[in-house]
Amino acid sequence: MMDSHVPVGARAAVEISGLQKTFRSVRGSIQALAETNLTVRPGEFLSIVGPSGCGKSTLLSLIAGLDRPSAGTIRIDGQEVNGPHESLGVVFQRDLLFDWRTVLDNVLIQVEMRGLVPKAYAPTARKLLEMVGLQDFHGRYPRELSGGMRQRVSICRALVHNPTLLLMDEPFGALDAISRDRLNADLDRICGETKKTVIFITHSIAEAVFLGDRVAVMSPRPGRVVADIAIEAPHPRNLSFRETSEFAGYARQVRRIFEAEGVL
Amino acid sequence: MSDVAPTPLPAPSSDEVVRLPLSRRLASSSLFLGLVSLVGAALLWQLAVTIFPIKSYLLPSPVEIASTMFSQFPFQAQHAVVTLREVLVGFAIAALIGIPTAVAITFLPIVEKLFYPILVATQAVPKVAVAPLFLVWFGFGEAPKVAMAAVIAVFPVIIDTAVGLRAIDPDMVRLARSMRAGPLKTFWKVRLPVALPNIFAGLKMAMTFSVIGAVVGEFVAGTSGLGYLIQAATGTLQTTIAFASVVLLSLMGIVLFLIVEAFERIFVSWHPSMDRLY
Repeated sequence: MMDSHVPVGARAAVEISGLQKTFRSVRGSIQALAETNLTVRPGEFLSIVGPSGCGKSTLLSLIAGLDRPSAGTIRIDGQEVNGPHESLGVVFQRDLLFDWRTVLDNVLIQVEMRGLVPKAYAPTARKLLEMVGLQDFHGRYPRELSGGMRQRVSICRALVHNPTLLLMDEPFGALDAISRDRLNADLDRICGETKKTVIFITHSIAEAVFLGDRVAVMSPRPGRVVADIAIEAPHPRNLSFRETSEFAGYARQVRRIFEAEGVL
Repeated sequence: MSDVAPTPLPAPSSDEVVRLPLSRRLASSSLFLGLVSLVGAALLWQLAVTIFPIKSYLLPSPVEIASTMFSQFPFQAQHAVVTLREVLVGFAIAALIGIPTAVAITFLPIVEKLFYPILVATQAVPKVAVAPLFLVWFGFGEAPKVAMAAVIAVFPVIIDTAVGLRAIDPDMVRLARSMRAGPLKTFWKVRLPVALPNIFAGLKMAMTFSVIGAVVGEFVAGTSGLGYLIQAATGTLQTTIAFASVVLLSLMGIVLFLIVEAFERIFVSWHPSMDRLY
C-alpha cells in the first residue's frame, strides 16, 4: 500500500488512495470519480467544494462505506473501509428525521440502531440539543420544526454516539440564507468543542472557506481533486471573517481554479 | 370528537386554545353537521311516506323502522352478534395473512413473481360467484361466511401494505445503513413505521369489506345473522324488519370502521394526515 500522502509521524484519520468510481448501466458507463488521493488528519475540518455532478457526493458515499469503489482504497483510522465504519456519523443533504419520533428520540435512533442502550446516551443527546439551541424542543415532533431546526437535530443524531469522523453531504444546501449562516457559525463552534474529524461537502465556495481548515477543490466530472488549499485562520471563526480580505483572497483562489477548469 | 377549532400544532398550554362561540363551533363541527343531515333526510323520508300513498311493505317510514328496532331488539341483536363474530374473525384473518404476505411480496422478489399473478387472478374472480363453492368446502356453519369475509378483506390489506412498504425513501435506508443497522432493525424501526399510514388505510377498507363478505355469505346459505334476516324478511314481505336489519348492519359497519380509525389515531398520530380530520 502506498503511504505517500501522510506526513511521516502523523497518523491519518482518513486516507484515500487511488480511489475511482465508475457507474455502469445499460446505456454505458459513467466515470463519476477519476483517480483521487486525499488525506485528512485527526481533528481536521476538510471542506470539499465542487460544481454539481462532480462526484463529491459519490466520494462521500464511498468514505461512508455506503458504496463500493471501482478501484483504490479508503482507510479510516488505518482500517480499510468495507461497509460503514464503526466510528462514523453522517449528515445527509436532507435531514431524514423520523416523523413518528420526538426530537430526542430522533437523536437517539443512532444508538438504538447500533444496539446500544438509548437511556445511557440520553444525557449526551440532551447536551447536544442544548448546543444547537434546541433544549426546549426535546418532546416536539419534526413537523413542528423549521428546516434549519430539523437539520440541527440531524447533526445531533450524527454526533450522539461520539464518532471520531463526521461526514456531511451538503447539509445546508436546502436552507434559506439566514439559517445557513447561523448553522455555519454553529457548526464551526461545535466542531471546535467536540474536536471531530470532519469531511464537509458543499458547492458553496464561501461555506467551504468559512468552515474548512483545508479546502479540496474538485473538477467537473469525472471528479478529481485539483487543488488543496490550507485556510490559515483560527477557530472559532466569526461570521465577520467572511468580510476580511484574507477570506476574500481564499475565495478568489478557489474561484480562479473553477475558472481555469471551465466551471465558472 | 373535538369541538374546538383545529390547531395546526398541539397547543402547549390550554389558554392558547381559541374558544369560539357555540354557534360557530357547531357550524364547523363535522359530527354535528353529519347528524343534522341524517336527521333531515329521515324527516324528508317520513314526510314523503306520510304525504304520498306508499305502501308500508314497499317503503316503511323511519318511525316504523325505529319502533321495530326497539320492539324486536333482543331478536335482532342475536342475529347481529352472529354477523359481528363473522366480520371480526374474517377481518382478523385478513390482517394476519395480508400484512405478512405483503412483507414477503415486497422483500422476496421470488415470492412476488410467483404469488402476485395468482393474487391478481383470484381478485378478478367475482367472490359472490364462488360463494356456493365455499359452502361445499366449509359446510353450513359460520365458517363459509368467515372465509368469504376474509377473502374479500385480505386484498386491500396486501395491496396497501405493499404500497406503503415500497414508499420508503432510499436515503432513509442509507441512513439506517450508516448507523450499521441490520435488515431486521431497519424493517422494524424504519420501513414498518413509514408504511403504517398505508397499512391502516388497507385495514379500514378491509373492515368494511369484511362486513360485505359476511353478509354475502349469509345471503347464500345463512340460517342466522343480519344478512340471513334481511333475506328471510324480504321473502315474506316483512320489509320493516329488513330495513331495521339494514340500519343495524350499517351502524355496526360504522362503529367497526371508527374503532379501526381510533387505533390509527393512536399509532399514526404523528402523520400530517391526522392533523385536520375532525
